[in-house]
Amino acid sequence: MTETSRRTFLKYSGATVGAAMLPFLKAMPAQAATGGTIVVVSGQTINSLDLHRTGTNRASYQVAVNCYDRLVSFGTKAAPGGGLSYDYTVIEPELAESWTTSDDGLTMTFKLKPDATFWDGRKVTAADVKWSFDRAVSAGGFPSVQMKAGGLLRPDQFEAVDDETFVIKLDKPSKLTLPDLAVPVPFIINAEVAKANATDDDPWAMDYLHTTPAGSGAFKVARWDQGQQLVYERNDAWVGGPLPSFERVIVREVPSPATRRALVERGDVQMSFNIPNKDAAELDAMPGVDVYSTPIENCMHCLCPNFNFEPFQDANVRKALAYAIPYEAIFQTAAYGRGAPLWGGDAEISDTAWPRKSPFMTDLAKAKEHMAASGFASGFEVPLSISLGLADWMEPTALLLQESFAEIGIKTQIEKIPGANWRSAALVEKRLPLHLENFGGWLNTPDYYFFWAYKHGHLFNSSNYLNEEIEKLVDDTLHIAVDDPAYAPNIKRMMQIAFEDLPRIPLWQPALNVAMNGADGYEFWFHRQLDVRPLTSATS
Amino acid sequence: MSPRAKMILGRVAQAIPVILGVVVISFVLTRALPGDPAAYFAGPAADAESIAEIREALGLDKPLLQQFFYYVGDLARGELGTSLTTGQTVLADLAARLPASLELTLVALLLSCAIAIPLGVLAATRPGTWVDHLCRVLVTAGVSMPTFFTGIVLIYVFYYLTGLAPSPLGRLDFIYLSPPHVTGFYLIDAAVAGDFETWFGALKQLILPATTLALFTLAPIARMTRAAMLSALSSDFIRTARAAGLGSRKVLYGYAFRNALLPVVTTLGMVFSFTLGANVLVEKVFAWPGIGSYAVEALVVSDYAAVQGFVLAMALLFVVLNLIIDIAYALIDPRIGLN
Repeated sequence: MTETSRRTFLKYSGATVGAAMLPFLKAMPAQAATGGTIVVVSGQTINSLDLHRTGTNRASYQVAVNCYDRLVSFGTKAAPGGGLSYDYTVIEPELAESWTTSDDGLTMTFKLKPDATFWDGRKVTAADVKWSFDRAVSAGGFPSVQMKAGGLLRPDQFEAVDDETFVIKLDKPSKLTLPDLAVPVPFIINAEVAKANATDDDPWAMDYLHTTPAGSGAFKVARWDQGQQLVYERNDAWVGGPLPSFERVIVREVPSPATRRALVERGDVQMSFNIPNKDAAELDAMPGVDVYSTPIENCMHCLCPNFNFEPFQDANVRKALAYAIPYEAIFQTAAYGRGAPLWGGDAEISDTAWPRKSPFMTDLAKAKEHMAASGFASGFEVPLSISLGLADWMEPTALLLQESFAEIGIKTQIEKIPGANWRSAALVEKRLPLHLENFGGWLNTPDYYFFWAYKHGHLFNSSNYLNEEIEKLVDDTLHIAVDDPAYAPNIKRMMQIAFEDLPRIPLWQPALNVAMNGADGYEFWFHRQLDVRPLTSATS
Repeated sequence: MSPRAKMILGRVAQAIPVILGVVVISFVLTRALPGDPAAYFAGPAADAESIAEIREALGLDKPLLQQFFYYVGDLARGELGTSLTTGQTVLADLAARLPASLELTLVALLLSCAIAIPLGVLAATRPGTWVDHLCRVLVTAGVSMPTFFTGIVLIYVFYYLTGLAPSPLGRLDFIYLSPPHVTGFYLIDAAVAGDFETWFGALKQLILPATTLALFTLAPIARMTRAAMLSALSSDFIRTARAAGLGSRKVLYGYAFRNALLPVVTTLGMVFSFTLGANVLVEKVFAWPGIGSYAVEALVVSDYAAVQGFVLAMALLFVVLNLIIDIAYALIDPRIGLN
């Protein structure tokens, strides 16, 4: 078969490759007659098929999403900027058929779908759920931290009452528990298969599941060539949701953005996931290619003045910074206008939307006034730190900031920190006097963002910010329900303090860009990884 | 024992201290890299406790000397450790990626030699003519364009605009399955399996990246051939041969060319070694799962095991390469002589 014939064929079939046409299929028989294949390219590499394993990178989370089920999932809504998005406010069943919460909010009872089976045909039982949850809270590292956010700390909180009934006991009721069950971490593993491959040194079968997933999800892994490709194959017995339209999904790793762009423009691949802002802006203008730029929920790019550095203890200096930032120029240069502006908002906070526009805008006269009123009227020098791993947006931003800050007497030298050092320097040691930061919270409530980024000592509070009122407000608000009468006033007060104290000066809300050519149904997820389940061919 | 076997054994013995040195230096250098792998791999939301757990799991909490002895002990058992970036053992990574790089580099060098050596010979025998000028232009253009640029231009013209080349998707387009692993060289493995559809698939994927690399390596080979031919042609023994009335073909290929090959082979060895390491950018552009991009990714995140494994593999490869070049010398050099 020649290249041309394949291309022509792709065109006629609306970019889904017919099963019979593929030499690939010689090795993979037993296909249903319908369906098709979609090819996705991504610049990231998958380094494990097990999210719980130490060292598993973000790109690998997609395996947990596509190959495993959770008890519950989020709903779907229209996304700003086109396409679909997950809906944080709606919790839908995945493996659980129904669930109830006791009146005191401390006991959650899940009924599993009776017809749910693992890939090997065995029924999914509550014992599997318990084993998987025990694993997530015991694995340590990120999975355990994420479980903790939903109040899930210890194995003794989970109980398999009978085959189809699973109970979670909480130490305190929290609005975060149910959504935390829908994030990729608490996925349900075939415990029998895992236990058969566990050893004394490796009781959680980390080595086995690292390369061999064992789940009940919509797709199985047909093939994984690390550094090259991951091939998903549909599980026709999936009961977690509507059966995916594609029978096979090939995720190819192509490091060069230019090559990815050529591939999707020509339509030889149907989707390029997570493309640079520049390509998104240019491809959007082209016919034939659909670009979705979804502002990432609960995430913002910000400038962080560190409170351990003396000049930034002065509120006037921080406000001077906020007025000196050339917001629009940064948004156009570093983000190519993709995402959402976070400046020039109303001074009065009328709702609980977050991220929200700060009341600041570019106003050098005001910036100079604040500098003059501060204890550092004659200016000072400070390094402005950026991560080389995030240089695509940090570098142009830093250069524009440097230019602007020079005008109000703040001399900055741009300090580029290697990606491997960035986390220790910025987040763990919190020693960078002035730096850029981009935390995004998975659970989409403002208090969750504040918990990580504004509470003293917490990982993403890289400014060493400490405000007693914020500490109390976050503690009071974090677990109460969104419809609790105290919720909205507390949130509004937090935001008010955040804009007054400015430990994080919002720049813009970044977007996740995806280009599609001949496929449809893309859905944005907070975890920023590809959910291949809802994808459809463009013509169907 | 024949003198040649003795020479080869001598060369192998000489390589031992080099390898030992490489083991020590690669260990020390990776530790001297900035960055804390434990913090990096603990992930986005890790706390101090989980970072400490990972540091312990990686053995990075032990004193340096103890870490070194563990490392040497593992090496002695043939274990290179596990790469944190790819999640595979370093041995598996190298086994998968080294053949990919070698295949690309070798094909590129073959292509390069096929063009550069005749061109160099022609340019030397006809100095100042259009062939000589063509050689100069090609060489200057090839060496002055960075490989990633040539690569992108080739993709743009041959894939994007004309559609002549297949999708630049790595070693095989997604419609093919990789051939059963024998050597790791797809061209060889596919031929062994008798699967010529896959063989052509692999060849098609090779053409653009190999051309990119060939253009880059053309320059040193063509220049060296030309210079060596010129100096051979003006030397006394050629004058004598011509005076003795030998045919021009015999003089040119039997005497001049054979002598001129010596420096060319030396250059080839050097070109091969730097191409293998330097084709990172070509690998990135063509999504080639090679050793260069592997090493760079590992370096960026201070993935100790992977970096050490890469350096060691390259060192071994160079030792073997030098040995091959030395043997090739013995075969080519008319003074050692075979006939």
